[in-house]
Amino acid sequence: MASTLTDAALKPAAPTLTDAGRFLASRLRQIGIFVALLVIVTLFQLLTAGKLLQPDNVSNIIVQNSYILLLAIGMVMIIVAGHIDLSVGSVAAFVGAMSGIMIQDWNMPWWLAFTASLVIGGLVGAWQGFWVAYMGIPAFIVTLAGMLVFRGLTQITLENRRITGFPAEYRQLGGGFLFPGLFPADTNILDWTTVGLGLLAAGLLIGSQLRGRATRAKLKLDDEPMAWFATKLAFGAVVILGLTYLLASSRSGTPIVLVVLGLLVVTYSAVMGNSVFGRHIYARGGNLQAAQLSGVNTKKIDFYLFVNMGVLAALAGLIFTGRLNSAGPGAGNLFELDAIAAAFIGGAAVTGGVGTVIGAITGGLIMGVLNNGMSLLGVGSDYQQFIKGMVLLLAVGFDVFNKRRASSALK
Amino acid sequence: MTEHILEMRGISKTFPGVKALSDVNLAVSRGEVHAICGENGAGKSTLMKVLSGVYPHGTYEGDISFDGKAVSFKDIKDSEHSGIVIIHQELALSPYLSVAENIFLGNERSSRGFIDWNETNVEAAKLLKRVGLTLNPVVRAGDIGVGKQQLVEIAKALSKNVKLLILDEPTAALNDEDSAHLLGLVKGLRDEGVTSIIISHKLNEIRAIADSVTILRDGRTIETLSLHDGSVTEDRIIKGMVGRELKNRYPERTPSIGAEILRVEDWTVHHPQEHSRVVVDRANLSVRAGEIVGIAGLMGAGRTELAMSIFGRSYGSNITGKLYKGGKEISVRTVSEAIRHGIAYATEDRKRYGLNLLDDIKRNISGAALGKLARRGWVDSGREAVVAGGYRSSMNIKAPSVTSVTGKLSGGNQQKVVLSKWMFADPDVLILDEPTRGIDVGAKYEIYTIINSLAAQGKAVVVISSELPELLGICDRIYTLAEGSITAEVPIGEATPELLMQHMTKEKD
Repeated sequence: MASTLTDAALKPAAPTLTDAGRFLASRLRQIGIFVALLVIVTLFQLLTAGKLLQPDNVSNIIVQNSYILLLAIGMVMIIVAGHIDLSVGSVAAFVGAMSGIMIQDWNMPWWLAFTASLVIGGLVGAWQGFWVAYMGIPAFIVTLAGMLVFRGLTQITLENRRITGFPAEYRQLGGGFLFPGLFPADTNILDWTTVGLGLLAAGLLIGSQLRGRATRAKLKLDDEPMAWFATKLAFGAVVILGLTYLLASSRSGTPIVLVVLGLLVVTYSAVMGNSVFGRHIYARGGNLQAAQLSGVNTKKIDFYLFVNMGVLAALAGLIFTGRLNSAGPGAGNLFELDAIAAAFIGGAAVTGGVGTVIGAITGGLIMGVLNNGMSLLGVGSDYQQFIKGMVLLLAVGFDVFNKRRASSALK
Repeated sequence: MTEHILEMRGISKTFPGVKALSDVNLAVSRGEVHAICGENGAGKSTLMKVLSGVYPHGTYEGDISFDGKAVSFKDIKDSEHSGIVIIHQELALSPYLSVAENIFLGNERSSRGFIDWNETNVEAAKLLKRVGLTLNPVVRAGDIGVGKQQLVEIAKALSKNVKLLILDEPTAALNDEDSAHLLGLVKGLRDEGVTSIIISHKLNEIRAIADSVTILRDGRTIETLSLHDGSVTEDRIIKGMVGRELKNRYPERTPSIGAEILRVEDWTVHHPQEHSRVVVDRANLSVRAGEIVGIAGLMGAGRTELAMSIFGRSYGSNITGKLYKGGKEISVRTVSEAIRHGIAYATEDRKRYGLNLLDDIKRNISGAALGKLARRGWVDSGREAVVAGGYRSSMNIKAPSVTSVTGKLSGGNQQKVVLSKWMFADPDVLILDEPTRGIDVGAKYEIYTIINSLAAQGKAVVVISSELPELLGICDRIYTLAEGSITAEVPIGEATPELLMQHMTKEKD
């Protein structure tokens, strides 16, 4: 009896179906959020009898949610560091209003107003970052105050009017499309600009992933199994190409804001994963004292995180204002809560230290698809709010439950 | 015949991997002051936690009988109900509540759910008088000094009709005057019939007020001595505390010692909040290349505070004194400056201060010197994994891969990750605070081997430890620290546990 036991322990077991199952289960926590998005998309595609993935509706979902997704990028970084920002909606509104004043009242050219708006966003962020990082006031308080302060400043700036009639160039960012009519209309079975862009994106994804894997192999580092790697890569390529096809067959092709968003997602993912700054954000949020005792200047990190959030909020304000062609006193209301919800649904930890840009984007898309799908079904905004609230609670609850099970399994 | 109010028989308590108490016996006579002595980690606090129900009945072996009855406490509330009250070293007063509210916390004077403030304050004033405090019971507990807070804790105990009072290091944070008052009070309570158990490192105090002393060592009862006839000297107690065989638990090493690397002169540090309290008092020390220097001191002596204040002023306020690196004076105001000057500090509390437990091994190892892996702000993740993989095999970190999360590693492996982090930062001076705390014997040997190899590379190593045998086993020279002052510098050839313990328990003049 004893000898069979040792034999079994010594011999490496042949891979079995249960092993594969266990592997998938261990990965499921990483990819759970993507699976959830897929399930929700499929569900609404069936419920709306195919209306959800109509080309024009997909384009609409992207444009409608672009500013929330953009805010979610900055928000997840703030949350990973262990803070929160409640002011982004008000800051977006304030910057939108300022850009209106600059263009309508001061007759600035649109590009100068854009640049100045982003600088204003950065200054607002520096103001809040100063209080959080160097005065040691909790971010919750500083940004709660900021939410009121910048909402007030928006109304003061606008003197209770609404600025409309923005120049066409300004409106491109929020509502424009990439090179419409670049190709003659009679050759347009699909929008070739979009097709080219989609193929380029898919190519870059596959190229960079393969190169990364080759480097890891050269350095003899452990890597995930080939089958898993290939499946993930194929899935990513299919999603990009599918989206390309849908947008290319939509009325107007690629929204400009999607290109902006795509570049930001790629850049910020790299910053969070591979830059010293990004790594210090995780270190700061994971264990503040340990980070300080490793020589990380955590105050500087905090400060620049809020500057960054301010600039992104300004950009969101410009997009939103351009899309509506209007800067009003109530703009951007509750944006902060949508961005925070996106980050948490996307797997960020309330205590900091955990979270990814791509997770937050996926979380934001889940909310966006839910909104859009329910609107298509004619669900009232009362039920929509209720359902979104429950989704947030259950998503975070599921995450917490999962972690607790994992940690009690340790004991 | 003296009657025993408390008898603990055959108490054993095991934590995962560590036997903290094995077959401990303790008998306390009614109406005496009974001292418990032992090195840090000898099991004193664990024994008191067993007694007071922090570790409930069933999580330990052995029996306890109190006041003539066998008892099995479920929690602290249960033991307090029987009249056993423990006052911990870290005071448990709520600073924003009044003294009276603190005294009756959890035991409020009330009728029909409403607090009777008059009764609360009048009763509190009576209790305060019993402990010799003339204090308005409505002042906030946070506004009075530590000495008075300690007395308020005792008043709180008295409000619960205490029969057995347990004091864990009651005078560790007190000045001489407050200490004397407190000890006088314990004597006074004895005359009123309250039995006390006092845990203390201060042997002169024990000789002054205790009737008998039980010595613990390595989780076992060594002996119980009566202090009545005065024949038991402090040396006799020290012998009981440290007298153990030193076996071959330390790797061989031939030191090759070079020039002085770090010198600390007249280093004085004050408490970070109470700016007038001196925590480190005019300390002088130096360490040379290839040398392993020990710092021995009992709990509260200021060891960690000394180390952290040197490491970029990460502890304390009003720090004065000079630091010399290779003979030149340096200014080290932040941790990153300390690292730049080649000083590293591996903390005693790796979970709180040493590791990001949410992140993986490789990112923890690169954490203190990420710049070495980065170009223009971008980290070379491939090289990082290679570096971490190198430490995983050279330090024998037992984990499936360098992407394993550090929160899931054992204590010994976590410590190896912390050491790897500082080795990668490549410092000249490495201060290791309790490098083997909470680590099993096998892993300890590995850590000692790593320390030896660091010294062999010409680094100056400072080891802070509560375990005297460890310091005697690995160091070339040992400083002793007592109440924030360096009381002696002992070359390893002259060092004995008894001698060190004498200097560690030395009172300030």
